[in-house]
Amino acid sequence: MYDLIVIGGGPAGLAAAYEGYTGGAKKVLILERDKELGGILNQCIHNGFGLHYFKEELTGPEYAQRFAEMVRSTDVEVKTDTMVLEITEDKKVHAINTVDGYMILEAKAIVLAMGCRERTRGAISIPGTRPAGIFTAGTAQRYVNMEGYMVGKRVVILGSGDIGLIMARRMTLEGAKVLACVELMPYSNGLNRNIVQCLNDYGIPLYLSHTITDIQGDRRVEKVIISKVDENRKPIPGSEIEFDCDTVLLSVGLIPENELSRGVGIQIDPRTNGPVVYENMETSIPGVFACGNVVHVHDLVDFVTAESKRAGGNAAKYILSEGIQEGKLIQLKNGDNVGYTVPQKIRTGNVDKFVEVFFRVRNVFQDVVIKVTSGGEALSTFKREHMAPGEMEKIVIPKALLDKAADEIVISVEKE
Amino acid sequence: MYDVVVIGCGIVGAATAYELSKYQLKTAVLEKENDVADQTTKANSAIIHAGYDPEPGTLMAKLNVEGSRLAKELCQKLSVHYNQVGSFVIAFNDEEAKTVEEIYERGVKNGVPELRILSGEEALKMEPNLNPKVQCALYAPTAAIVNPWEFAIALAETAVRNGVELYLNNKVVGIEKTADGYLITTDKNVYETRYIINAAGVHCDEVHNLVAEPEFRSLPNQGQYYLLDKSQGKLVNKVIFQCPTKVGKGVLVAPTVHGNLIVGPNSHFVEGYEDVSTTADGLAEVLNASLKSVPGINFRENIRNFAGIRAYIDREDFLIAESKTAKNFINLAGIKSPGLSAAPAIAKMAVDILRDLGLSATEKEGFVDTREKINFKDLPQEEKAAVIAKDARYGRVICRCETITEGEIVACLHSPIPPKTIDGVKRRCNAGMGRCQGGFCGPRVQEIISRELHIPYSEIEMDKTGSYIITGETKVGGNL
Repeated sequence: MYDLIVIGGGPAGLAAAYEGYTGGAKKVLILERDKELGGILNQCIHNGFGLHYFKEELTGPEYAQRFAEMVRSTDVEVKTDTMVLEITEDKKVHAINTVDGYMILEAKAIVLAMGCRERTRGAISIPGTRPAGIFTAGTAQRYVNMEGYMVGKRVVILGSGDIGLIMARRMTLEGAKVLACVELMPYSNGLNRNIVQCLNDYGIPLYLSHTITDIQGDRRVEKVIISKVDENRKPIPGSEIEFDCDTVLLSVGLIPENELSRGVGIQIDPRTNGPVVYENMETSIPGVFACGNVVHVHDLVDFVTAESKRAGGNAAKYILSEGIQEGKLIQLKNGDNVGYTVPQKIRTGNVDKFVEVFFRVRNVFQDVVIKVTSGGEALSTFKREHMAPGEMEKIVIPKALLDKAADEIVISVEKE
Repeated sequence: MYDVVVIGCGIVGAATAYELSKYQLKTAVLEKENDVADQTTKANSAIIHAGYDPEPGTLMAKLNVEGSRLAKELCQKLSVHYNQVGSFVIAFNDEEAKTVEEIYERGVKNGVPELRILSGEEALKMEPNLNPKVQCALYAPTAAIVNPWEFAIALAETAVRNGVELYLNNKVVGIEKTADGYLITTDKNVYETRYIINAAGVHCDEVHNLVAEPEFRSLPNQGQYYLLDKSQGKLVNKVIFQCPTKVGKGVLVAPTVHGNLIVGPNSHFVEGYEDVSTTADGLAEVLNASLKSVPGINFRENIRNFAGIRAYIDREDFLIAESKTAKNFINLAGIKSPGLSAAPAIAKMAVDILRDLGLSATEKEGFVDTREKINFKDLPQEEKAAVIAKDARYGRVICRCETITEGEIVACLHSPIPPKTIDGVKRRCNAGMGRCQGGFCGPRVQEIISRELHIPYSEIEMDKTGSYIITGETKVGGNL
């Protein structure tokens, strides 16, 4: 019997396992499906990681290595190359690998840290032929950075999320010609620093309010047609631009990987595609926690680390049965212009001093106010000069305010 | 000198090769692509039809009913995913209700067993996610869903195990009559044969006209599809058809044997014999039509769109006969829907024609008529454990979305028709079929193909010849 089993050995799982261990969980196990710890960070060889957490600029593999080493300095057990097939409500984890065969492992608590996957061409139904040369940006990144192979010479990138932007630069540095970065929305969802450092610095044009409307080519991509879109994101006939290219990279969003969570019946929030979590990152099944991109997609790994430490620490607390002080249950609701919140539920009895609430807005805003209201009454406001869907927002709600609130809190963003 | 050469290895060619492999004959199959089942067989609705659609008295009617019965047996023997889920044809008004009655009558005449007409209420009880406005439905319990390319691969593999020679990458470019048969020239080689079976699908007319007077013309007809995530796979239990119109059976909604939801097809005649490009208009047409049957489909959960070509010719019925101007040259042409269902019966009919034309076919001793295949995901827990204990590679999951292990991928790479491409592996063991569409497992499958078949990593292609993945090494250089 393990105290804590962490599913996933990426940044979320590593931080949760380490924090769980230092928090008092004695027998801790990480199950990682890949051959080594670190998750997708291992292929993110660019820098810019760790500015918040380590106060220095690291590459992805360096950031992962720091946590892997922290974990290795403890008694936390690690099984790599191990796939979890199923978890059950009584916290049995069914997993397989080549060494142990079929395992049924029991735990007092579980942390879900399976991360996310990329949305594909199918998710957005791009019409055309289906030749080789269409990759998600992350898959291309793996080919280039892990295996050492190039996947194209003349490239069009759809989506201006961070992975797409990073790959625009990476492909350029490796000698490919990136012809265009095409974004459906009138703004980019990527970090501003990536727009500057990955597109502008290399003269790669960014086509806002455009999308790919046709892919041509029999065996390998030969041509891509993009069109301008109207305010309803519908292509405008006559606005087509053709690119002769052999490659399309897709950076069209990430989806939390919650097949295991759904399998065990954990409540999923349709807004995040991740588990509904309480203030302590516990899911709808007591003792099963979740953190990182499996809960909601983060912009920066530093924030994943912070969230995962909370999940791991709270899992340790749960195991040491300090118990959950239920108190009052508050549901967090998104009001105007807010897409989702994490956590979705707060048990005030379990809040020590404050709760951090993370959320995303639905549009780009200047000079707005974040309003926290309950029962029609304003509890608190926070001013922001700039907000964008690509930037996760955080507010801190003190316990005193929670005590004043009714059983529902609405977070909205309004013009000043 | 071959006794028989089959041209084309889609479902019809594969079924014919399988049937021929039961006899003491020297048989070859010529396929222009680098794998079998790589055209219409891999892009269709994946349905074994009950047999109520075709006009009574047609070949389509006879062979559909017979073929669907044979398909059930074959899928069981050859480890092919098959599930007899049944089908509905639903009606929303009095006129359509009349059509449903007509289809029922037709089905009865065609010999389709167990047909009945359900009230709207009964239909909704069995399929709660149907449009509640459904007035009545024809229920055909014998309709089934199948993995069509696995079906063709299984038949072709079994034929090869029983001595049939398969030549991939052999496009037929010329056929000449000789004293006692034909000389077939491909872009690779020449083959001499006494009899020819033309199973070239939509290309049947081109192949026929290489040696005979034109007697029919292909009219490629395209259908587009959505394939949705397993989250939508339980919306319906059965294959849901709308009432057929003049242009075809219309848009269906059905579960797949893999647990996904398939939605489609529309129907449009196209210029190109292999024009499988989807269009925004075509996809919208399919989407809107399907929502009439099942309003709750969440198309945000789509994982892939594709299109297939129906091998229509310029006549209503299948054309299964000796060419009028080329002796011992048998056309299996115009095999559009229900071609997949009818294929095993078409194959038997083809062999009967060969016999009538004088081919003496003696049954072979030791004909192998089984096919073992481990589908790890489908095994109960104890068997999973036992399989890994026997071969540790079944303990390493390569495709995480579909839970496909290295053991299964290695096994298919050493099967009678080893795939050399990523999609070839996908068609045999499902790696890359899932919601991430091979994003995670693609490079790993590539690595395993390279290792097992000793093909350089960078030369492995996605699917058909020319569908290269790698364009060069990075500055640091490749490490596989």
